[in-house]
Amino acid sequence: MHLALCVSLIMNILIYGTVNSIIFALVAVGFTLVYGVSRLPNFAHGALYVLVGFLTWSLVNDFKLFYPLAILISLGISSILGALIYRLVLIRLRGLPTSEIIASFAVGLIILEGLRLQGIGGFKGFIGPFYVLPSFIDAKIRIAGVLIDAQRLIVILGGLAVVASIWLFTHYTKVGLSLRAIAQDEQAAMMLGIDSDRAAVISLSIGSALAGLAAVIILPLGSVTAEEGYRILINALAVCIIGGLGSWAGAVLASFVLGFARIISTALFGSVWESVVLVGAIILILIFKPSGLLGKQKELEERV
Amino acid sequence: MERRRERLDRGIKVRTEGLYALTSWREMFYLLVPRIVLIFGLLLSPFFLEWMDWMYWQRVLCQAGIYALLALSFDFLAEYVGLVCLGGAFFIGSGAYISGLLNAKLGWSPFLTIPIATVAGAGISTLVFLPCLRLRGIYFAIISFMFPLLTVYIIVALNIFGGTEGITALATFPNIWVDQYLILGAVIIALFAVRRLVTEDIGLILRSIKDNDQAVKASGISITSYKTKAVFIAALLGCFGGAYLSHLYGWVGISQFALDYCILPIAATVMGGMGTLVGPVIGAFILTPLSEALRGFGQMRVVVYCLILIGFIVYKPEGLMNVLQRKYHQFEHWEEV
Amino acid sequence: MGEDIFLRVKGITKSFGGVMAVKNMSFEIARGEILGVIGPNGSGKTTLVNLITGFVKPDSGEVFFKNKKMTGLQPHKIADLGVTRTFQVMRPYHSLPAFKNLIVPLNSPRIRRTRGGKLGDKDGVAIDILEEIGFERDAYVPYKIASSLPLGYLKRLELARCLALKPEVVICDEIFSGLSMSEISTMVPLIEKLQMEGMTIMMIEHRLRELFRLVNRVMVMNFGEKLAEGPPEEVMKNKEVREAYLGTEAVPC
Repeated sequence: MHLALCVSLIMNILIYGTVNSIIFALVAVGFTLVYGVSRLPNFAHGALYVLVGFLTWSLVNDFKLFYPLAILISLGISSILGALIYRLVLIRLRGLPTSEIIASFAVGLIILEGLRLQGIGGFKGFIGPFYVLPSFIDAKIRIAGVLIDAQRLIVILGGLAVVASIWLFTHYTKVGLSLRAIAQDEQAAMMLGIDSDRAAVISLSIGSALAGLAAVIILPLGSVTAEEGYRILINALAVCIIGGLGSWAGAVLASFVLGFARIISTALFGSVWESVVLVGAIILILIFKPSGLLGKQKELEERV
Repeated sequence: MERRRERLDRGIKVRTEGLYALTSWREMFYLLVPRIVLIFGLLLSPFFLEWMDWMYWQRVLCQAGIYALLALSFDFLAEYVGLVCLGGAFFIGSGAYISGLLNAKLGWSPFLTIPIATVAGAGISTLVFLPCLRLRGIYFAIISFMFPLLTVYIIVALNIFGGTEGITALATFPNIWVDQYLILGAVIIALFAVRRLVTEDIGLILRSIKDNDQAVKASGISITSYKTKAVFIAALLGCFGGAYLSHLYGWVGISQFALDYCILPIAATVMGGMGTLVGPVIGAFILTPLSEALRGFGQMRVVVYCLILIGFIVYKPEGLMNVLQRKYHQFEHWEEV
Repeated sequence: MGEDIFLRVKGITKSFGGVMAVKNMSFEIARGEILGVIGPNGSGKTTLVNLITGFVKPDSGEVFFKNKKMTGLQPHKIADLGVTRTFQVMRPYHSLPAFKNLIVPLNSPRIRRTRGGKLGDKDGVAIDILEEIGFERDAYVPYKIASSLPLGYLKRLELARCLALKPEVVICDEIFSGLSMSEISTMVPLIEKLQMEGMTIMMIEHRLRELFRLVNRVMVMNFGEKLAEGPPEEVMKNKEVREAYLGTEAVPC
């Protein structure tokens, strides 16, 4: 009797832990791409995520568009927005990391708080948990004795698909390879004729689209709120820092660590402590191993 | 024929280096006038506001003073020590909570709680930031941003210190005049104190740490110990602001760790001119009323000061004060090249 | 005999991600000696200095100063003990007058201790130090803004930064590099004077002619290893040393 309960608990944790981990990974992949390629910490990541969620909702509900079409349009808008953010703002701040953070965070704030506006020019505004994106498939399935809804499965599959396609993209397409080249050694890549600004624009568009994609896959699980934007940013940061800025394997590892840490801490302590655990983990890693679990960045030692 | 802008120091500026400034009234005025304008401007503004019968704005003035202290501390840490601290809200929050708790639980009067909270809050903040001091700029920035967030989460999760509602019914100041002059006085004293500090040896060492920390280490000085002192000083400013805040409105709550306290000082600093110390203070006194004026638009004000921030960072990163100083000290004209 | 060995390095090894920068180096410097360290570019000389002075932690090996273990200490602690070094790439505080650059070392715990408390007139002490090192006081050179000084003065300023700490060991990392012949001819007597005052010096150099006139002993490094050690003439006759240097610089016989 007890054994069955334990097994089911473990299966529960395993499956939901995996779902959580994939969610973390999905959220972080856009941020990692941008940072890995152009060393730009895009603090507007969370805002773009929420923006796509909201746009999709609005297109479906207010403009009565076909769901997949709405998704495509919102993703398109977000990549254009990402490119614009680079061209208009970040391009002048290359090389000054704190200004980049502050400026991109400010852009993110503008988007997020702007979405909360009400009554300006007839804009309905966007407050509260009333905005729900429909799930792709409405069903529940039993796997190994654990009840799980189809959307979560889609999250897993979708997440894996996204990560795999990004991997393929950066390893097998010309554009992707040039992005990797810049990520590894910017100067050498520039000497080979790869334009670092163009690469940054591309990476930022893809990164924003990825943020949107993550939103579209994950948001049906809950509702779309503006606060989510901040949480998403912190989650992405957590994954990247704990995994090590610049390391893909690290990001994956970190997603799993965080995903399981969250589910275990929720099971043990209740969901209120979730954020504490997350931020606490970031702080601990930064203190004890700032380059992250698998980071390739040079440690605190400096070359004279 | 190309034209180029040429700038020359005004004759009078050249003559005001060192002791020569005391040799003529004109030169002394040249140096003193900006400072006098600033001090008297600040000190007389409560009277001005009273005369205009703008009571609401007197409160705003107090709030602006708090932001000014934070902006000053941010500028000091960023430009003179090289530490970009995005967690100013932590200073405010810790100062506010400590003085709030002392007042609520022990019944101590603001005369006691404010000084104690300032020092204790600074001590706690320094301890908290201590392990992060070795980190490189960007990591320090991120982690300093996390601290206020973490504290909010902990307070909410443990439901201590009043949880989400905060602590209310604290003692307030006797009247609006005390409110204003306390903070204005603090701002002026802080401004001149920090100004003086950066020209002393310790300021020099901090700036050297920012420029070239290897050489400082090779000169036998422990970087961590000086950075700690700098953080303590910056924290003193912020914690005083927080302690003052708790008695200004009579309550403390988690909103005092909020985003506003992180963003507005940075916007004020960028706008006012990083590194000038005066600039951030002035920036705060401009932005705070501006944001209050926009309060009718709700969250719009965050949008507005972000726009201002971005505008300045991208187009005029040197900030207002630097431009003004340049215009005051130099005259420019276009030259044919 | 044991007390005369000031600085002892034993089996120091450091690799950076697969590249062996310094491999199992051991050597000693006696009190008052000048040791020259030469070798082609990339042979690990600067890394050696970083390892000794604490800027880089060795993978293995030990460093002893006056028979006390110094390995693994923080750079400022090592400087505090009296082992100082110059930097090849200097960035003096540009907008400040030259003598203000010395305020930092004059504020260090080491100086505070030897002077027994508060150092009264730090500015004056700084100017005195600079004058001794050749900054002509009457020409107001010490007061000039650091960025306006020519390279020869800047190199001397860097040396002054070390000397301000009243060190017992000075490690010079390519202090002659970039200088003109006349500038070098003003630096050389300075080093000679330091040695006469009993300072222990380790000099990393490329300018062999000048170096050989100053040092008693020379150590050659190549690919992170010690290739040879001994009096200059002997070392330069070593076949391996000549091969290592072939094509890099004309070696004076």
